[in-house]
Amino acid sequence: MPMPASEIERLIKASIPDAEVTIRDLAGDGDHYAARVVSRRFEGMSRIRQHQAVYAALGGRVGGELHALQLETAVPQPETNQ
Amino acid sequence: MSDPQSRIADIVKNNDVVLFMKGTALFPQCGFSSRAVAILDRLGAKYETVDVLQDPEIRQGIKDFSDWPTIPQLYVKGEFVGGSDIMMEMFESGELQQLVGAEA
Repeated sequence: MPMPASEIERLIKASIPDAEVTIRDLAGDGDHYAARVVSRRFEGMSRIRQHQAVYAALGGRVGGELHALQLETAVPQPETNQ
Repeated sequence: MSDPQSRIADIVKNNDVVLFMKGTALFPQCGFSSRAVAILDRLGAKYETVDVLQDPEIRQGIKDFSDWPTIPQLYVKGEFVGGSDIMMEMFESGELQQLVGAEA
């Protein structure tokens, strides 16, 4: 079931307010998206936890209403000089 | 113990590298599962697969077990690693190679 990219972005920002969200509609069908989410909140979280935070923001739609969402998460800038 | 959660716990415990996926390694039934298999093949990893399409209890059960809404899901040495996006990131950074290669 198609879902507009703007709605995905709105949901993510509603729960992760500082998130920078970039969404690409991969197939042009409103059903296959790639999202990149950058937030300070992710600092110190494992990749799994970061993705879980985004899935939680989308409130159970991923895997159901939102079939295909490629996800990439990141922290804005590393605090340490690695 | 035949409830799905115990069955999944057993599968994860008894297989060093196991991919819960849609379809089989030879015939993946979804692009994300296909990508996950391709990554493991590229690494030359020895792995088992579980076709969740053959078992509705496992299909739902693994989502609850991992608190993860999508399939595929990779487990290495009993630990949940992630889905195909995380696998790809870890493949590109060399982390996945280390993780699955450590058993050899």
